[in-house]
Amino acid sequence: MAGKTVTRAHLAEAVYQEVGLSRSESAALVDAILAEITGSLLRDGTVKISSFGTFSVRQKGQRLGRNPKTGEEVPILPRRVLVFRASQVLKDRINRHPGRS
Amino acid sequence: MTKSDLIRRLAEANRHLYIRDIEKIVATVFEEISAALARGDRVELRGFGAFSVRDRDARLGRNPRTGDEVRVPDKVVPYFKTGKELRLRLNMTE
Repeated sequence: MAGKTVTRAHLAEAVYQEVGLSRSESAALVDAILAEITGSLLRDGTVKISSFGTFSVRQKGQRLGRNPKTGEEVPILPRRVLVFRASQVLKDRINRHPGRS
Repeated sequence: MTKSDLIRRLAEANRHLYIRDIEKIVATVFEEISAALARGDRVELRGFGAFSVRDRDARLGRNPRTGDEVRVPDKVVPYFKTGKELRLRLNMTE
């Protein structure tokens, strides 16, 4: 594992370098992108970013789980989860990285 | 929503910006995330989620049509974990 972590600040810096906006406006735009994606997922459940991937909200039914500490059975309530499916382009790119055969 | 819908919505909320700049900003964000994953780095976006990569060992698979065994080489796959805030918001009754 390379061990580095990229954060919102790194994304904002990249936007700042790439486009002629101020640092604070660059950061606001990064936040706006994530807020738009979040809003759309909450409203209609799917966001498709070509050559990157698709986020979709899935409904999970109730099932029985177990408290691993006590062994007690507990119901896991129905809930909505977010799944991300990477596009083939992104999958191929991740598998091409140097340092691997 | 698609990437072009996203660009349109951002353009409506930021009328002082050129569309081509918004396109560039959106492209930059996804490019930075993709590049980080290609390097094997993690991308952590608080409140939204975290992208990372995981190793998968080589395995023997089977062609479901012919039943032939096929070697599936080891690979790296992208992984996304939903952030706490978004996970909670998905399950809020509105």
